Amino acid sequence: MRNILKSTVALLSVLVAFTSCDTASKSNSGALSSSAAEKVYVAPGEHDEFYAFISGGFSGQLSVYGLPSGRLFKVIPVFSLDAEKAYGYNEETKPMLNTSHGFVPWDDSHHPDISQTNGEIDGRWVFINGNNTPRIAKIDLSTFETTEIIEVPNSAGNHSSSFVTENSEYVVAGTRFSIPIPQKDMPIKDYKSNFKGALSFISIDPKHGHMDIKFQLIMPGFDYDLSHPGRGKSHGWFFFTTYNTEEASTLLEVNASQNDKDFIAAVNWKKIEDYVNNGGGTMMPANYAHNVYDEATHSATSTMKKEVRVVNPLDVPGAVYFLPTPKSPHGCDVDPSGEYIVGNGKLSANLTVHSFTKMLAAIENNKVAGDAYGIPILNFEDVLAGVVEQPGLGPLHTEFDGKGNAYTTFFISSEVVKWKLGTWEVVDRQPCFYSVGHLMIPGGNSQKPFGKYVLAMNKITKDRYLPTGPEVTQSAQLYDISGEKMELLLDFPTVGEPHYAAGCPADLIKPRSKKLFKLEDNKHPYATLNEADTKVVRDGKTVHIYMTTIRSHFAPDNIEGVKVGDKVYFHITNLEQDYDVPHGVSIIGANTSELLIMPGQTETFLWEPKQIGVWPFYCTDFCSALHQEMQGYVRVSPANSNTPLKWSLGEDIE
Amino acid sequence: MLIAVLLPLGLFFFPLWKITLEAPQYPTPLGMYIHINDFSDVHPHDIKNINLMNHYVGMKYIPEAIPEFKIFPIGIIITSFIGLIIAFKGNYKWFLFWFILMIVLSSAGLYDFYLWEHDYGHDLDPKAIMKFTNPDGSVMGFQPPLFGSKDILNFKAHSYPRLGALFLGLGIAASFIAYLTGKKNKQKNSS
Repeated sequence: MRNILKSTVALLSVLVAFTSCDTASKSNSGALSSSAAEKVYVAPGEHDEFYAFISGGFSGQLSVYGLPSGRLFKVIPVFSLDAEKAYGYNEETKPMLNTSHGFVPWDDSHHPDISQTNGEIDGRWVFINGNNTPRIAKIDLSTFETTEIIEVPNSAGNHSSSFVTENSEYVVAGTRFSIPIPQKDMPIKDYKSNFKGALSFISIDPKHGHMDIKFQLIMPGFDYDLSHPGRGKSHGWFFFTTYNTEEASTLLEVNASQNDKDFIAAVNWKKIEDYVNNGGGTMMPANYAHNVYDEATHSATSTMKKEVRVVNPLDVPGAVYFLPTPKSPHGCDVDPSGEYIVGNGKLSANLTVHSFTKMLAAIENNKVAGDAYGIPILNFEDVLAGVVEQPGLGPLHTEFDGKGNAYTTFFISSEVVKWKLGTWEVVDRQPCFYSVGHLMIPGGNSQKPFGKYVLAMNKITKDRYLPTGPEVTQSAQLYDISGEKMELLLDFPTVGEPHYAAGCPADLIKPRSKKLFKLEDNKHPYATLNEADTKVVRDGKTVHIYMTTIRSHFAPDNIEGVKVGDKVYFHITNLEQDYDVPHGVSIIGANTSELLIMPGQTETFLWEPKQIGVWPFYCTDFCSALHQEMQGYVRVSPANSNTPLKWSLGEDIE
Repeated sequence: MLIAVLLPLGLFFFPLWKITLEAPQYPTPLGMYIHINDFSDVHPHDIKNINLMNHYVGMKYIPEAIPEFKIFPIGIIITSFIGLIIAFKGNYKWFLFWFILMIVLSSAGLYDFYLWEHDYGHDLDPKAIMKFTNPDGSVMGFQPPLFGSKDILNFKAHSYPRLGALFLGLGIAASFIAYLTGKKNKQKNSS
């Protein structure tokens, strides 16, 4: 018996030994060799080579990562409330989330794109679209803060957005869902030929980046899925993929997948711009919010705009053409030279590439195959540059490395495929874990991509990380594309569901990143620029507290004379002028978030005390060695009391 | 001799001294220039941030102005004026006089600077947030060095002359050289 036991144990140990041997050899071979670790290792204190701005998807925000390390630096609040930064909670940023539907505290952020000069990314601003309540936001890359949001009227499902032309003339926003324009109460079944799709060209002020809707092109009622600008030779054109050219309004998964070919809409925006500059188009009543954050006042204002210029494409002959493209194309990507327009037909077995030169020739020779609602349709064969045969299943998006290669994601076969422009041959393929959506090469939407890495953003994560219950993180994967074969380097988790991302060399942004706000430039109407000017002012049932912070105290820190039912505004100016010394603040029972105030900045939160007592407030950001001492009290008296208004610092209130 | 007189005027264009404070939290060190008539930041807001650090141990704020900022420039102008007269009218013996005058005045200036530093580092607020004592039980001072480097708590303080001081030193040296050459020429002429 003992022998049997012994031999069983021996056998087991041998088995265990074999198994562990097996795992050991596995981890030593394969793609994840030690060199992959070296390639993504950024030593402590060192900086990454690239910034990656990754959309937050249903979080509504924009996250900032370093590449190749995959380290998260910041989540920039854009379309959603952020209690950490008081975005949408403090009085200064509440107007940023104003829309024609009132205060909308959330959106679905999709496609970030960096501003460009002469076809190259310039690192000044990132634009990103809110998909649900159509909006375009501008993020200033000197502060990494959202400084402008414009609502897009006549639009719904703002998805073929927010792509920037090569001199940042326009950021373009196309509607995914067609709707009645103007909106009206009508039966849904009457969709066909009654619903319309608006493609909005939003001009960008070259100096400040301020956005203004120059015109909206009112197109047939298809779904406009994605878009990209022409560049180089095709600068002046914009390309939009469409699906649901069937114009179905129900069970689209079937009904919008019937046509053998949908379209890429080619829009000559230069032509329409000329038309508009000469008084073309009509002003249509509208109602949309334009929200601008001013760095000097540290405050946003929201203005409702009441009209928008619309253009009927039939009024500008030669401005819009349809290029037939197989099977509900999703991504619409233009190569760095501007010659090739890739239609990623997501239900097609092949990848269709159109030629800009051939398109111009077809237009020149008037080779029109027909029309859709009066818009000419060119012959598929006349505009086709080539087809990548059977590269994978479910192509979604394509990026370019600037060396003649294209990289396409395949959702269904879960891979990135590298292929050659011009010869259309497949060079390499690498699996994604799992079901990749967008991909990004820094500088991808420009004439000059930085073809060192490609970042794949996956839709499904499953078992890639330690499990965290039914909801797991989203996942991105970094591949080295400097060689002939792609090499998987790194998995890293992302915020929300990343759709597109935009990347650029750190050197473009790093030197311009602000360290603090100068106190002398602070033009906030409630700013207090030194402790001597701190005060508490009552105006009826409203109390304004002009407060300052500096290591390690609030001034004032004892306040009396506040009453139940008052509206108390804490206007707090951070007097610090040192890099990375913010102060935070909140008070017990405040129905809002904390403030996190950067050096030189003023922010305001509203407190409506409901109970009498003496209530403490404190600094919420560990600011200094005496952070724990950074606190104060507000005495709240009954509504009908006569407690006089008093405030002090460093002495007892008399 | 004219060169000797003109060189110290460089003090009006370049800082005399520089104090630098390094600490782990300051990858870019804090720094202060001392001019003949002013204190100035090395990087924007450095003096404000030095004051903020120093208030924890009860040190006084670095003043906007000290009486020396009025006296020193006048001193330099007067000595330059005297030097000019000597350069044009005086003989080499007067060069030596000017040299000694400048040495004495500069030493007095340095001593004054030392006294200020000592007071700045030792005259601490009795309500200081943090009080430190030396191993012998006496109250720890935070005087920056006059010349050289010194560890003060988490800071490493460096104190070195700058271009202005160099100009002053060169001027003084040049006056001595002028004296020597003058003397040599005199001897040559007389022999």
